[in-house]
Amino acid sequence: MAITLSGDQALPGPPLSSRLTPAQVWGIVLLAPYLLVFLAFVVYPVCYGLWLARAPENYVALYHDPIFARAAINTLIFLVVGINIKMLIALFLSGFFAVQRPWIKWLSVIFILPWAVPSIPTILSVRFMLNPEWGVINHLIFSFTGDDGPNWLNDPTVALSMAIGVHIWKSLPFWTLILITGRLAISHDLFEAAEVDGASWWQKFRYITWPSMQTLYVTCTLLSMIWTLGDFNSVYLLTGGGPADLTHVLATLGIRYLRLDQLSLAMASIVCAMPFVLPLVYFMMKRLSR
Amino acid sequence: MKLPGVSEFSWRDVATEARLLLIGIPVFLWTMIPIYHMFLFAISPKDDAFSGKLWPDHPTLHNFTIVFKQQHYFLRDFYIQFWNSTVIAVSVGVLTLVIATCAAFAISRLKVPGGRTVLNLALFTYFIPAAFLAVPMYRTMGNYGLLNNHWSLILAMVTIASPYAIWVLKQASDKLPVELDEAAVMDGATTLQIFRLVYLPLMMPSLVAIGTYAVLLAWNEYLYAFLLLSNDREITLPVALGNFLAADDSPWELLMTTGFIYALPPAAVYYAFRRYMVGGLTAGAVKS
Repeated sequence: MAITLSGDQALPGPPLSSRLTPAQVWGIVLLAPYLLVFLAFVVYPVCYGLWLARAPENYVALYHDPIFARAAINTLIFLVVGINIKMLIALFLSGFFAVQRPWIKWLSVIFILPWAVPSIPTILSVRFMLNPEWGVINHLIFSFTGDDGPNWLNDPTVALSMAIGVHIWKSLPFWTLILITGRLAISHDLFEAAEVDGASWWQKFRYITWPSMQTLYVTCTLLSMIWTLGDFNSVYLLTGGGPADLTHVLATLGIRYLRLDQLSLAMASIVCAMPFVLPLVYFMMKRLSR
Repeated sequence: MKLPGVSEFSWRDVATEARLLLIGIPVFLWTMIPIYHMFLFAISPKDDAFSGKLWPDHPTLHNFTIVFKQQHYFLRDFYIQFWNSTVIAVSVGVLTLVIATCAAFAISRLKVPGGRTVLNLALFTYFIPAAFLAVPMYRTMGNYGLLNNHWSLILAMVTIASPYAIWVLKQASDKLPVELDEAAVMDGATTLQIFRLVYLPLMMPSLVAIGTYAVLLAWNEYLYAFLLLSNDREITLPVALGNFLAADDSPWELLMTTGFIYALPPAAVYYAFRRYMVGGLTAGAVKS
């Protein structure tokens, strides 16, 4: 290593070890395990995957695969509809859970359950509830109306809505919890002053709560978008991508290609999502590392 | 003025309470129905489970007996799969803690050159959608010769858990006063002594939160486990549960019973450490 002082004059720098304090040497040693994990299980796989997906034929093949187009549209619906409904409910419920009542405190403890318990048994439980012959929902419909209920997972639109419902069920508690934290950070004096001035709940929300929570809400929505893109369980465990591969999202489609031993198609389908993911990632990193 | 113990009756309060209940009851039902349905199946004889009843005529623990005695084709390896899940979850917890604590200490306390970059790299991993990383990761584990080996799942989960762990621990480290380290240096402490005797004890609450987070993440993981492990005696419980579905006449009451047993430990762990988790994890997830 050399330190260039000016133009042509280059002096050899002191050896690395003498420029680092012992603490910094320890720092490098302590950082090494994570760097190794990062290189071996993030950098290498990602580079290798991109290399596998490099051929333009892959993208042509994807373009001609109707399942891919359908999965891309489903992903978009999942993101736009699912996340906005979820975040709006979370915003609303964060207000509900911020109310001081013993029973609401108890309810908030129960409300966390979907987030705390694993996906597979609960999503399979929902799957059975929706079973057209044996499920409890159609039993109830039959006992009230005398008619057979719909075959919930047989219609792609209904099945996708149900998958969105499952996704909301699973991740709503987490976002509500974060938004409660944001709400509790707002100074109570503001609300008291508004109370004195006779503000309605809507005015309090519009002029006090929303302005203080806006940034947090937007950040949460973006982070939730990234994570929802990676949500494999909600769709796979409820519909398995069916009927007729019409409810796939990009997360399950990639794995479907993988299972069919078409790794380069699997990678290519993910690469297609990158133009949407990377700006989100960039924005989130900028927000968090400020 | 309100006297303690004397509640004043007012229609306004009743109306507020009624409005709150109008939200609270649907929230309760929405949260509990899938979980209750699972529990209902677990305590129902097969016929009751399929009849759409809201409470079985003859509640029974028979399903649990079948699971615990492994008396079904699908449950032959129940104990070994439970054990696999446990070993993998604990290993992921320990490894994540070691790797992330060292990294957070180096970045936050030792101000190692390039620390900021490593933190950004970690954040970048945190933001890769999990199912997207799974595709290249699967092939890579094959290249490393780790498929069907517990290490593949352990290392994959450590890779996924570490970024967030480093991020949260770094935030927590930054809040510890520098004076502590300086005082220890004055007393002649070496870097490792500071790490062991000053840093680790002060970080305990965050370490508990992160350890719990990593253990639960690994215990609950389905996708990576399903891709990386396939042999019946190597798979974890969630993969075994997924395999139930392959049959045409899946024994749903046993599936739900096993699922219920599988869901109990994370729920218990979560509630045991809830105080640490909620504070530690939500603070790190989104800095407001």
